[in-house]
Amino acid sequence: MIEGLIFDIKRFAVHDGPGIRTTIFFKGCPLSCWWCHNPESRSDKPQRSVKHLSLDGHLFEEEEIAGYNMRVNEVLREVEKDRIFYEESGGGVTLSGGEPLHQPDFCEELLKSLKTNGFHTAIDTSGYAPAEVIGRMIPFTDLFLYDLKLMDDPGHQKYTGVSNEIILDNLRLLVNTGREVIIRFPVIPAITDNPSNIQSIIEFLGSMQECRNAEMQNLNSPAHQLTMATSLRSSPQASPIEIDLLPFHAISKNKYRRFGMEDKLDSEKKVSTERLMELKALFENAGFRIKIGG
Amino acid sequence: MRPFSPRYFPVSDPKYIRKMTDRIRYLREQSLNAVNHITAERALLVTELYKSRMVQEVSIPVLRAMTLEYILKYKHIYINEGELIVGERGPAPKACPTYPEICVHSLEDLDILDSRKKVSFKIDEETKKVYEEKIIPFWNGNSNRDRIMQSMEPEWLDAYKAGVFTEFQEQRAPGHTVAGGKIYQKGMLDLIEEIRDARTKIPDTRCQMPDKNQVSGIRHPASVEIEELTAMEIAANAIILFANRYAEALEEEAMRHEARAMRDEGPETRDEGQISKIENRKSEIKELARICRRVPAHAPETFHEALQHYWFIHLGVITELNPWDSFNPGRLDQNLYPFYKRELEAGTLTRERAKELLQSFWIKFNNHPAPPKVGVTALESNTYTDFTLINLGGVRSDGSDAVNELTFLILDVIEEMRLLQPSSMVQVSRKNPDNLIKRSLQITKTGFGQPSYFNTDAIVQELVRQGKRVEDARNGGASGCVEAGAFGTEAYILSGYFNLAKILELTLHNGFDPLTRKQIGPASGDPASFISFDELMTAYRTQLNHFIGIKIRGNDTIHRIFADHMPAPFLSLIIDDCIANGKDYNAGGARYNTTYIQGVGLGSLTDSLTALKYHVFDQKIISMTGFLDALEQNFRDYDEFRVALIYNTPKYGNDNDYADAQATRVFELFFEAVDGHPTSIGGIHRINMLPTTSHVYFGSVIGALPDGRKARQPLSEGISPVQGADTNGPTAVLKSASKIDHLRTGGTLLNQKFSPEFFDGEEAVEKLTALIRSYFRMNGHHIQFNVVSAATLRDAQKHPEKYRDLIVRVAGYSDYFNDLGEDLQNEIIRRTEHT
Repeated sequence: MIEGLIFDIKRFAVHDGPGIRTTIFFKGCPLSCWWCHNPESRSDKPQRSVKHLSLDGHLFEEEEIAGYNMRVNEVLREVEKDRIFYEESGGGVTLSGGEPLHQPDFCEELLKSLKTNGFHTAIDTSGYAPAEVIGRMIPFTDLFLYDLKLMDDPGHQKYTGVSNEIILDNLRLLVNTGREVIIRFPVIPAITDNPSNIQSIIEFLGSMQECRNAEMQNLNSPAHQLTMATSLRSSPQASPIEIDLLPFHAISKNKYRRFGMEDKLDSEKKVSTERLMELKALFENAGFRIKIGG
Repeated sequence: MRPFSPRYFPVSDPKYIRKMTDRIRYLREQSLNAVNHITAERALLVTELYKSRMVQEVSIPVLRAMTLEYILKYKHIYINEGELIVGERGPAPKACPTYPEICVHSLEDLDILDSRKKVSFKIDEETKKVYEEKIIPFWNGNSNRDRIMQSMEPEWLDAYKAGVFTEFQEQRAPGHTVAGGKIYQKGMLDLIEEIRDARTKIPDTRCQMPDKNQVSGIRHPASVEIEELTAMEIAANAIILFANRYAEALEEEAMRHEARAMRDEGPETRDEGQISKIENRKSEIKELARICRRVPAHAPETFHEALQHYWFIHLGVITELNPWDSFNPGRLDQNLYPFYKRELEAGTLTRERAKELLQSFWIKFNNHPAPPKVGVTALESNTYTDFTLINLGGVRSDGSDAVNELTFLILDVIEEMRLLQPSSMVQVSRKNPDNLIKRSLQITKTGFGQPSYFNTDAIVQELVRQGKRVEDARNGGASGCVEAGAFGTEAYILSGYFNLAKILELTLHNGFDPLTRKQIGPASGDPASFISFDELMTAYRTQLNHFIGIKIRGNDTIHRIFADHMPAPFLSLIIDDCIANGKDYNAGGARYNTTYIQGVGLGSLTDSLTALKYHVFDQKIISMTGFLDALEQNFRDYDEFRVALIYNTPKYGNDNDYADAQATRVFELFFEAVDGHPTSIGGIHRINMLPTTSHVYFGSVIGALPDGRKARQPLSEGISPVQGADTNGPTAVLKSASKIDHLRTGGTLLNQKFSPEFFDGEEAVEKLTALIRSYFRMNGHHIQFNVVSAATLRDAQKHPEKYRDLIVRVAGYSDYFNDLGEDLQNEIIRRTEHT
């Protein structure tokens, strides 16, 4: 049976989609974002590191291996444990990482099994994968949590290590297929949080919002109205695209050190609440639905 | 009257304070600023009566009723400026009386109470003198506590000293009960009718009055019921007399008001506001006097009367004796709703007035600290809280949704008052709407530990399993911390905490107690000789059954002592079917009689057993002898091993079946040992799982435990995991906790800590609502949330002066953080915080 490389399974995940969820963290990511708070998720091999355990003020070293292979049914056994909480909260399972689409076969297999077993599914993705891979996931994915970082391609290459072309194309594709998509925008002071980037995002998403609205209007054509009586009274507008603002937290310094990786951002800078409120207003004025923290 | 301390007490959020009426703001501040102190008033009156010839002339139930009557006849009548509900147990707010007939405080006790840093009671020189000259000489050696201690078998005393269990009835009377709907529909005169009726039903042959020349105590069994009913009638009249004394005092005050108005400068010099204020208070006082003439003699007719009626009954119960959990108005939203609705429709009451009356009612509870405890009892329940737990929501007796408009009004009151007392909870049934939970969570998230959440559907099943009628079960709820009971029809008496982890220590020492250096348990086998984990569990069971047997025998004796020497005729009026049975509450007169033994340390014990199973028997990493040596050394030179125990051993609270299986195993053993054993007053023993503050005391009597806990550290509380051991988040905790069968208990207690940041998002309340619903679907009994960050608590430890109003969830109740002992403070900080 096919195996996936996983580095963590987190229960009671409340910021990775609707309701109470379990998030499966895939190991391995083609991107290397400066602000990445899971640096151990980049390499697609298990990694040794030394963990420090504290007891009465003394530190004890312990070797830890980040990343373990899991089969689909093993993952299912884990997520099954919290089914009652998903049911009560409208939650489910989120695949995150790392980049879940970087392990496409396992990812597809897992999503398929999750759907067969009646779970709501979400993928938290950078979108950096061949369109064909995304296409394979679409039938089994209820929600895409889709990162949008930098609109300027040279900037994107500098700060994430890859071009954003394929990412933007895939997003268009997803929106056009009518899948539910929530945009996740990491708010990194000066890097992603600068006026021109914000403006570009608003324009880009704005055009997609228009497409969705047009789609909606088609749905409101007389032929549809016969079958969809409720939409007669509702607005012809599609629901606004949701953007989650994910403010940068300097929480991973220690992890970079443990895994012997360079922390390029090396910032302690916090995003102020005032700035988040400004951003929220900015996006809302442009017609989007905003949530802080996802 | 004792002057109030001038110390400033920063309380609550200004946004709530602003909402209050001037009156409520004043009364609330006064209640918060009042210093807890001891008054000898009650002790003196009781002593006077017991010194009189009455003791020789009447039966014990009648003597107890006359004692209540004597106190209520002569105690100081206190009326506070502007108050809408009258009546204090002592001569002033937070003046706490003592109960020397139950437990007489020594001069040393009084000094400790006066000077101890936490939960102190101030005592002035005069009170001490009265104690020294009058109270102590009379009661020393003659209190009920002396009677109990003299009656206990040596094995009981050994176990008690070793900290195997505590004894609830040692310093306080049994109580642990709650008013049902009856008292809101009947006055004392109605109850007197019932008493007379019951008397006529006793066969003539048994209806002779006892011989007056007999010494105290009832010799003729036929007259027991008559004596008890006579005592109840005296007690009913005593509370009417007390209310009438208030009416008189109020009438006098109204006259004084009038006289003052006449005497003062003419009305032309005053503005209209002042005039109407004075006029208002005058008519208010007259109305209060009218109410006191009416209730509790007659059934209440108005909302205001219902509250005052209950309050007199509350005072009757807590003046008669010092019962545990004081007393409790029961399903308040349900009980008051008919009055509220009728008056709102008739236009004689507004929502605002109802709220103000409820707020006045709240302040009354806050004025009444738990009577001061000493010794072990102070350690197991070290708090000013007297555990009145207001019940909201739930179902009606026909099983339908009981939530009404008043439920939400009372939640507003809870939010605005932010008082330590009364405590409050919401009963959540499948039938109740989500908005009940959501509104309540809006209060919980402000971080003062109220209200807590209870599963009505589980409570009903628990009570029905115990053999109660389903209607009685639906009319029930939880009181004290988390104890399930049928309100108005059940005596559900907690008898003491039971140290489940100590039993393991005794098992590992073959019955020898390392603390008292004495063989106190049976020889259950040398643990080094055990070749399987099952053998260890068999030995544990031997020790457990031995000590439960001792505790149950002790309970039987203590129940008889209370039945024979300390009946409670006033409480018996309130709880059905004491009148119909002609039998006292303390003698088994209630419809249902349950005696609980409360298991403590489930998490610590589970993790310890798991560690032994894992390291000694399954992985064979260390021999039993080696493990015992590590414990003996308190892990000195065993640091690495201790790291493995703490970080790399399965732990309860993570939805890990390996560990959780030990929790259910221990639960079953405890259940088997206790459940179903009859009591000496016709009741049945049951279990529940709650600690109050005993997990700290119980930890202090145990050496190092196999879960890596060092000697003398606190145990886990309730059914919560060991502090910090739950690392898989709250859903895993709830899954673990629901693996034990809550429905076969009379209550379990689970606390979860969330950081305030968790509530930042807009959806946190939705998600917690789902969390509660899920836990309750799995038959969880109770859950409560502490919403305060570890950083805040650490800062509060360093700068207590800045956090005088910080209230945290302790166990089944909340308390001021500053009033907690340092060990308990640390324990709360260590509980895992979910972000």
